[in-house]
Amino acid sequence: MSEQLQSDFDKLVKTSKFSNEEIEFKKNFLKNFIKNGFPNRKQEDWKFLDISQIIKKNISDLSFFNDYSQSNKIDPSILVDGLEHNKIIFINGKIEKIDFNLEDQNKIQIIDETKKDILFDYENSLIDLNSAFSDKIFKIIVKKDYSLKKPLIIYHSTDDKIKSTNINLRLNFELGENSCLKLIDYFTNTTAKNFINIFYNFNLEKDSILKNYKVDKFRNNNLKYSFNNIEQGNNSVSETFILSAGSDYFKNEINCNLNGEYSSAFVNGIFSLKENQQHEIRTTINHLVENTKSYQLIKSVLGKNSKSAYQGRIFVNSKAQKTDGYQLSKAILLDETSEFNAKPELEIYADDVKCSHGSASGSLDENSIFYLMSRGLNYQQSKELLINGFLMDVVEKITDVEIKNLIKNIIGLKE
Amino acid sequence: MDTREKDIEKLKDYKYGFTTDIENIKAPKGLNEDVIKFISNIKKEPQWMLDFRLKAYERLKILKEPNWQKPKYPKIDYQDLYYYSAPKSMKDKPKSLDELDPKLLETYKKLGIPLQEQARLNGIAVDAVFDSVSVATTFKGELTKHGIIFCSMSEAIQKHPDLVKKYLGTVIPVTDHFFATLNSAVFTDGSFVYIPEGVKCPMELSTYFRINASETGQFERTLIIADKGSYVSYLEGCTAPMRDENQLHAANVELIALDDAEIKYSTVQNWYPGDENGKGGIYNFVTKRGLCKGKNSKIAWTQVETGSAITWKYPSCILKGDNSIGEFYSIAITNNHQKADTGTKMIHLGKNTKSKIISKGISAGFSDMTYRGLVDINSKAKNSSNYTQCDSLLMGNKCGAHTVPYIKNKNFDSNIAHEATTSKISEEQLHYCQQRGLNPEEAVGLIVNGFCKEVLQQLPMEFAVEAQKLVGISLEGSVG
Repeated sequence: MSEQLQSDFDKLVKTSKFSNEEIEFKKNFLKNFIKNGFPNRKQEDWKFLDISQIIKKNISDLSFFNDYSQSNKIDPSILVDGLEHNKIIFINGKIEKIDFNLEDQNKIQIIDETKKDILFDYENSLIDLNSAFSDKIFKIIVKKDYSLKKPLIIYHSTDDKIKSTNINLRLNFELGENSCLKLIDYFTNTTAKNFINIFYNFNLEKDSILKNYKVDKFRNNNLKYSFNNIEQGNNSVSETFILSAGSDYFKNEINCNLNGEYSSAFVNGIFSLKENQQHEIRTTINHLVENTKSYQLIKSVLGKNSKSAYQGRIFVNSKAQKTDGYQLSKAILLDETSEFNAKPELEIYADDVKCSHGSASGSLDENSIFYLMSRGLNYQQSKELLINGFLMDVVEKITDVEIKNLIKNIIGLKE
Repeated sequence: MDTREKDIEKLKDYKYGFTTDIENIKAPKGLNEDVIKFISNIKKEPQWMLDFRLKAYERLKILKEPNWQKPKYPKIDYQDLYYYSAPKSMKDKPKSLDELDPKLLETYKKLGIPLQEQARLNGIAVDAVFDSVSVATTFKGELTKHGIIFCSMSEAIQKHPDLVKKYLGTVIPVTDHFFATLNSAVFTDGSFVYIPEGVKCPMELSTYFRINASETGQFERTLIIADKGSYVSYLEGCTAPMRDENQLHAANVELIALDDAEIKYSTVQNWYPGDENGKGGIYNFVTKRGLCKGKNSKIAWTQVETGSAITWKYPSCILKGDNSIGEFYSIAITNNHQKADTGTKMIHLGKNTKSKIISKGISAGFSDMTYRGLVDINSKAKNSSNYTQCDSLLMGNKCGAHTVPYIKNKNFDSNIAHEATTSKISEEQLHYCQQRGLNPEEAVGLIVNGFCKEVLQQLPMEFAVEAQKLVGISLEGSVG
């Protein structure tokens, strides 16, 4: 694989417009990735779903080269209707459009950060891969005291032109003091076997609010990995919602550092999986100072041959007294071939804390089905009603009404 | 001075910190084929046993020491250990208690288990292990009447080779992980229990382990077989003398329950935990595994872990028979610089299998405590269920409490529920107790005992009292 990586990298350098300095930078990341390769089950974080095996099985001829000099046509049919929004359109590995026309232009700044190093410790070779092969890296800055009027939707889209390719996207965000950003990641991939690797870095200043909704609803054969690193200042709030349903493989990783007092992090997720899908959510919430709070709720509904995994870790530093941490994961297994794995982890070094986790998995409650059927619903309807109710719980956690309705529409959940 | 204070006084100078001055026969230092042959030879073992050991040794050569655990320890030089040592006066085994070396008897007296008295008064058969060779087995007569075999492992190899051959290594194979395989290669002695079909063992069986000679790894091997419809409750209590260097204890315990049989295995472990600076202490790396082989069988582990510098063990149940039940009750207390990484594995293979895990962890001082557990429900284990509860209590902000459960559900008919909480003793509770006249230490003792109650009540009477005291003593000085 290392020869291919090297030759694909050389091709990338030839076709792109990177400066020499940027190329040197990327070379370092490439070197790291060649050394470590794809993560595998020997690493604790990849125990349940081994990405190196999954890639081998699904994409035998993975290529890392992506021609950033070619532009792609935007297909307007992918755009979300009925909600005014700002756009970043990302097609076949390339950002085709950044559009903040609905906002005050003085309050939003976009800068090139290709040369910026990654500022936190990570043991994740996929971030090296991302940094080596991604295009120009942009940072989006929301200035002090500005709340975006409309949400930002990032479209992640691939079409038939691209196949068996590794696509990398990296974006940095900075939310100034008392600012607010609502961000929707919207995946509309047609069925091609690509490996999509997304890395976001968020920096939340004092009193800022980040709401990130990841919607992967439409069935496709891509493999996806997404990593969010969130640094939080005093009194900041981050809310992450993950709908994990469309891709063959999708692993969402959230690493959240609560660096400021009274900061809080919320992670809510839904797995709704059908045939042969394998999805995972892994969260790490680091409570580093006093009076921080985190809340996580993950629910799975698992169909035939599907597999979901949830690894949630709450870390509480010895300084972080008065921490409030909570994790709950629930799963409904619909078929004898479905599988649910969980590893809810607590690592606590402070004594005045309130931390708990719960995990439950099982089949649909026959008594409830009986109850509904005795009131005139058929078996299928009762089942759907129960599943809807089970998942609705998570959707209801979304704090933005407009987006909540949008997501309800996308999922097809009825109240 | 009331009894409580006396207990504290005793603890300050570790009560069991003495060395019995008996000349030892030692195998040459180091680990190699010759040492294994030496051990096998001195114990007059048959060829198949030696082959078993050598097979394990072959495997050991390619195995690596695991290093995924939370408590790290300095590298152990396995070539720098003695793998066999026996009190010399044991060369010609005594026929009865009266023939025992008076010094040995004295040791047990200090330990609080005078053999004769214990045997007569408590009605417990004690298979006392002094370093590596069983000293004496009491209450044999009573047990023989029921057809129960309770003897040392070496005796079982001589007298009941069929049983040993049939079951040894079936739950913990020679090709298991590093420490289990090490044990298979060099184990010295241990207990062997066989309960025949339909017999309910009339008394609690008990072993007191004791590590004595300096620089001796203790490699116990225990095998308990409960035949169809039988019941046995086995107690294991441990103490070790004070030593500066760390000592390795890598025992293997195998339990096998056939149809309708039940095994209850209780442990109270208060080995030397090292001094308050974390110097010395025992490394307790034990492999304990039970196999519910038959239908409707049941295995219950109960453990109270208060000692050892590092405790690293996961008493597990493999629920193979349909309708079998596995239970795990644990209290782990760490103080000063102690570290524990303990929990259980419940592997559901049969239909309608049930398991329950109750784990209580208490950490104080600079200690670190990890609950690590696995619940794995196989796709064939229809209609199985598991309930897990693990609670941690922290005292002070220099210690750590961690929970790492692995949950794997591959069966849609099965239910798994897991709950965990971490908290400290609330000011309100303390205030309430103190208001009613208890001093702070008593109040903490009371609250902690309440916290542990669910586990303590699983212990047999004799142990429950001792364990309750131990819980209080282990936490002395941590309230402040």
